[in-house]
Amino acid sequence: MTHAYHVQRWTRRSIASTALIVALNLALLAGPLLLSANAVDHLTTLFVYVMLAITWNALAGYGGLVSVGQQLFFGFGAYGAIRLSQAGVPVYAALLLGGVSSAVLALIVSSFMLKLRAGEFAIGMWVLAALVQLLVSLDPIVQGATGTSLLALNSFAPAARRADTYWFGLLAMAGVALLLFLLLRSRLGAAVQAIRDNEEAARSVGVQVGRTKRIIFVLAALGAGMAGAVWLATSISFQPNTYFGVQWTAYMIFMTLVGGIGTFEGPILGAILFFAVEAGFGAQGVWYLIGIGAAAVGFALLLPQGIWGWVERRYALRLLPVGYMLNLRGGEAGRQRGFARRPSTKPPAASPASEPS
Amino acid sequence: MFWLNQFLQGVLLGGYYALLAAGLSFLFGVMRVINLAHGSLAVLGAFIMMVIYQTLGISPLGGLALMLPVMALLGVALQFCIIEPSLKGGALVPLLATFGLALICDNVLFSIFGADTQSFAADIGTLSYGSWAIGGIFISQLACLVFAAALLVLGGTQLLLSRTQIGRRIRATAEDEDAARLSGVDTRLVRAATTALAMVMVGLAGAALGASGSFDPYAGGPQLLYAFEAVVIGGTGSLWGTLIGGIVLGVAQGVGGALNTHLSQIAGHAVFLVVLIARLYQGGALSAYLRRLRMRVA
Repeated sequence: MTHAYHVQRWTRRSIASTALIVALNLALLAGPLLLSANAVDHLTTLFVYVMLAITWNALAGYGGLVSVGQQLFFGFGAYGAIRLSQAGVPVYAALLLGGVSSAVLALIVSSFMLKLRAGEFAIGMWVLAALVQLLVSLDPIVQGATGTSLLALNSFAPAARRADTYWFGLLAMAGVALLLFLLLRSRLGAAVQAIRDNEEAARSVGVQVGRTKRIIFVLAALGAGMAGAVWLATSISFQPNTYFGVQWTAYMIFMTLVGGIGTFEGPILGAILFFAVEAGFGAQGVWYLIGIGAAAVGFALLLPQGIWGWVERRYALRLLPVGYMLNLRGGEAGRQRGFARRPSTKPPAASPASEPS
Repeated sequence: MFWLNQFLQGVLLGGYYALLAAGLSFLFGVMRVINLAHGSLAVLGAFIMMVIYQTLGISPLGGLALMLPVMALLGVALQFCIIEPSLKGGALVPLLATFGLALICDNVLFSIFGADTQSFAADIGTLSYGSWAIGGIFISQLACLVFAAALLVLGGTQLLLSRTQIGRRIRATAEDEDAARLSGVDTRLVRAATTALAMVMVGLAGAALGASGSFDPYAGGPQLLYAFEAVVIGGTGSLWGTLIGGIVLGVAQGVGGALNTHLSQIAGHAVFLVVLIARLYQGGALSAYLRRLRMRVA
């Protein structure tokens, strides 16, 4: 007996599931060739939801930064795409760069927004989104609340446009997901979770807090910006009120909380569930939104680890491993409760920012 | 004269923002909870007030006397059903839970009242348009009343916290909950009372919103932003700072709006950001200066 335990990341099961997910993504590439136009449109919408969910989760679940202003990056990505397209950039390049422009915006605002704490950061982001929405509305191209359209896309035949947008969405989603997966498995992934759990302690063991937070914030903005660009490609029209609406953040919160905040697989499951719920009840209008809100409250209070978090803990199931497993004597014990990672909803050290009067 | 007028109107508008922000600031100060449903609950208060007028047709003051206890009860329910359980989950869960609550509140109001913009300015008689003319400047009586209400709420809270038994208990709970409980304070009850009190302030703000302006089921989001901006501009945790913050925000919006109607909101948000950045970068120097100033005054 040399070792009583060994650290393990890949299990046989997670290798199989990861391979399966990669294969599924490759199979999805054939979508426009096999599926009906309607199904292609629906799947493109699903890609947008997945991007929104996984990047919000990266920010809140792994980084501990709850933002209710991610619509800022969603809207700005779409706006950037319109601006670039009007300036003569080829339309799909403009969409890609539109998403990137959100990341650039995030890099700029991160210098002061990331100094805010918890709730201040959450609403501060919303204020910023409201401000940018107003500024974008002032742009003569946008024509105030009336909005504008991505006219360049109209030059494509509808079928070709649908397929191209689908592939663009799929690649954007796979790219963002892969980036996030690699990032969370790297040193940086451990660093960002350390900051979430206790910022002071993380700093004291040498984590570069500012830089780490900034990277995750910019990446989350990139995902939301790409989502906005894909959404623009599917709907063509752009109105500041809808693209910068806080409902996008409501959807992100719903998907992440229901699926499982702080797990990699959870938000993907949440996005699929949200997609199904919307298909089933979206026509109900307000009652559907009330249900979304009630589910968010219910999951936050009663099942904070979400559906996937619960499954993961109960069955020790990892499909896309970003953490490590501690296998005690290689056997049963590790399966049962040998996770090196903890559930995500732990309280960050409460830091009294100012004394109450 | 024009600019003086804009400035004065901005100050009066700031009174409303201070009233709106008082509840948010109070709840944050005592429980470290930022209630994302704050704006939506203020709008709910305005709707309750409207229903009271339309069904009972009683005086403005009577309507207020009916609505505020309802809001206080809602506050107790909010505390026990949402805030109390969410506090156990860490600092982020209250944000998520109250955001969900805001979504529910907005859409329930929408399903009952529709998207129409509402106002009960017509139900409060001459108060809605009465004004004093002072040297060519018209000062609205209602705006003065709202300003006075803000002063009363902020001053009253200050007195309550510093002079009364419940105030001491609230401060003790805010300072160190475990120690407060060890000394025999029922902290659960104190926190319920705190939320109830905050909701009464929210109700007052809702009444002011409905009487002086218009509101619709989705007006809650912007109200939350204004309240938050007033709190941050004035410095979190300070009730009188909230008044200053509200006035700065109101003046910025008034002056910005006078330049160009589009600029009103932008100026408000921009001032907020500038203050935020200034506070972050010279945080040490600025707050040390203010502390010295406060000590000299005290």
